Amino acid sequence: MIKMLSGNEAVARGMWEAGVAVASAYPGTPSTEILENYALFPTVYAEWASNEKVAVDVAVGAAYAGHRGMAVMKHVGLNVAADSFMYVSMTGLEAGLVIVTADDPAMHSSQNEQDNRTFAKFGRLPCLEPSDSQEAKDMVLTAFELSERFDTPVLLRLTTRICHSTSSVELGERIAPSAEPKPFPRNPAKYVMVPGNAVKRHPVIEQRIHDIAAFAETFPCNRLEPGGRSLGIITCGVAFQYAREVFPQASILRLGMTWPLPEKLIRKFAKSVKRLIVIEELDPFIEEAVHLMGIVVEGKSIFPITGEFDPRVVRESAIRSGLLPESAHIPLPDLETGPLPGRPPVLCPGCPHRPTFYILNKLNVPVNGDIGCYTLALIPPLSAIHTCGCMGAGIGVAHGAAKAGSPEHHVAVIGDSTFFHSGIPALVNVVYNHSPVTTVILDNRITGMTGHQDNPGTGRTLLRKKTVRIELEPLVRSLGVQHVRIVPGFDVKAIEKALKEYVKLDEPAVLIVEEPCTLLPDVRKRWVPLDVLADKCNGCTLCFRIGCPAILKSEELDEKTQRPKAQIDTGMCTGCEVCAQICPRKAITFRPADMEGGGS
Amino acid sequence: MKETINFLLCGVGGQGTILASDVLVNVGLAAGYQAKQAEVHGMSQRGGSVTSHVRWGKVVYSPLIGAGEVDVLLAFEKLEALRNLNFMHPETLALINSHTIKPLTVISGDQTYPSDETLSKAFARVTSQVEYINGEEIARSLGNLRVENVVLLGALSALLERSVLSGQELMVETWLKVITERVPPKHIKLNRKAFQAGREAVQKR
Repeated sequence: MIKMLSGNEAVARGMWEAGVAVASAYPGTPSTEILENYALFPTVYAEWASNEKVAVDVAVGAAYAGHRGMAVMKHVGLNVAADSFMYVSMTGLEAGLVIVTADDPAMHSSQNEQDNRTFAKFGRLPCLEPSDSQEAKDMVLTAFELSERFDTPVLLRLTTRICHSTSSVELGERIAPSAEPKPFPRNPAKYVMVPGNAVKRHPVIEQRIHDIAAFAETFPCNRLEPGGRSLGIITCGVAFQYAREVFPQASILRLGMTWPLPEKLIRKFAKSVKRLIVIEELDPFIEEAVHLMGIVVEGKSIFPITGEFDPRVVRESAIRSGLLPESAHIPLPDLETGPLPGRPPVLCPGCPHRPTFYILNKLNVPVNGDIGCYTLALIPPLSAIHTCGCMGAGIGVAHGAAKAGSPEHHVAVIGDSTFFHSGIPALVNVVYNHSPVTTVILDNRITGMTGHQDNPGTGRTLLRKKTVRIELEPLVRSLGVQHVRIVPGFDVKAIEKALKEYVKLDEPAVLIVEEPCTLLPDVRKRWVPLDVLADKCNGCTLCFRIGCPAILKSEELDEKTQRPKAQIDTGMCTGCEVCAQICPRKAITFRPADMEGGGS
Repeated sequence: MKETINFLLCGVGGQGTILASDVLVNVGLAAGYQAKQAEVHGMSQRGGSVTSHVRWGKVVYSPLIGAGEVDVLLAFEKLEALRNLNFMHPETLALINSHTIKPLTVISGDQTYPSDETLSKAFARVTSQVEYINGEEIARSLGNLRVENVVLLGALSALLERSVLSGQELMVETWLKVITERVPPKHIKLNRKAFQAGREAVQKR
């Protein structure tokens, strides 16, 4: 049967066919839909882990126990999981272990565009790279076979363009996992990495990567597509598609395994063509390895090292370097539009994070932010995020700045899911080493930015089962924080009062701002649009400062001030009442008294 | 059969461009093409710009379309139409939904939303095949703003028949089958009506 599947759906299908016993992941674009789709298959076990390191350990546990394990994450998640990634390379396993990394060239939704193929080289393990959905599915099965054959974890590297592109896939049969109970191994020499054992394992994994390189010479996913002799292209991943499209006549060596490399095959290919180039996104990973073989090759001198490719990028780069004639150029239209207003993603109308940032902006304190929807509060007019590097960084950065004598009171802002992911150890550090950092936990009871995944605070698992809901307040108090308060997310006055108090303290404090995400189905049911009383509005513009997309400047000017009066887009307004609370002239209506929700 | 047809769909997160491109790629497949689709929707739920590439062809390699190579533009919003102008060429067929969604940079910032005149002049300079439709109004008249995307698909289906795909059989029923497979059963009737309303809106001209 043939189905149109995105790369992520195809990987999920591959996991089903491969009979994965345990799959664990932390959501992150562009990888999120892999586990979401996998969890829809019957009788599977899949979970959202609290972070990527935990996800890898969970998959390792399954593989040690003799059942196929899989961990899925976005590229920067592998930084979090790196420690586990490295030890499991040393130990090997009893059944297959595959780790998926979804890299993000062009940084569509990431803080960097690191190329995780380097991790495979670093960890002495193989890296597979599909170039469409069909290969994405098939390579999951191949990865497990490799893993079990060579006693190695396998890195399956996707990119945004593979994850989020749809193409047809021929489905296969499922290899049902064996139900037979397997005794957990007692093999400390292999599985206990104390120095005495690790010293003996290191030569084993060096030999292993050597053996896999020999296997790569005839590995069917490394495919030669012979063409003309004047140009030879080594390529991988989605870049193969651009290479094939732009250079229909060239000979192409497409590498499905980008680490380790098949040296003999590459040498033979290099000899068969006059000019050898590598077309690969991001790092000159293959190019450098081919250089080290002593082969003359070009790559990053022609194609960009940053961003995502497309046929145009490849074609124009090739024209500039003389690989293609000027006549191959595709002209662009003559544009005279000038700069257009940007449309950056913004906090949604009715977002419960908005009041906190409105107040933080008013207090003008340095805010050390984190990864989530709330990072969008960096955009004017809220402009209240001053640093954001990676998951869980904000609290530690605030603490370090305070210890360095930063003259202002630092506020760290973090979401519920991110706090569970990596905020807890940082808060422990604030308490242990004592700094006057105020941590605001924005608890919207969901993982928002990636599209509403459950987390340890929601009381539900990925498989839709009810579970313990981990409460933030007792957790934070148990860490030894003395000043802890919970405020409702839409209560502007309560948030202001608490923050004003906390920023004067000389001690750690935690403010938990509670209100579910406005896009959750149950919350949507309570949406009621508000209205502006035009006769009361004098165009003071204060309501524009909360940065709500539902508040518009109307055509009508106030007679005295000659400034535009406010207007509410009733199609967008959810009735959160934040604007109504801050309007000094009571010109914005509140919700009808019988409607629940909103502020007070 | 044309060698390849490159479609670009653009709009604002929440407008239903993803469903529309899913329909389009599957209609291509049903019509006997190889088809691929690529979405850029990292943070679309937060009201950002969204684009989706759909390609039909005898053989399709790249899921992405390069600038200057789009044959058919389906713009769900006017500012987003302008933003993607550089993808067009002189023979591009452009269907523009005259729907305005002001970004925050216009609402509370100092930037101005381009006028209709700016839009039509800019497009006229690039291609002569520009069609406008008020999908929002048609959807409202059908009683549900969320079918705006299907109205646009209906209009697109009619325009394709008389230009890019002229002389080629692509039955209305093929479109409707793909659409109805993708909407909740209770909304099938409404979506069929929306598709027909979109077709009629451009056929009248």
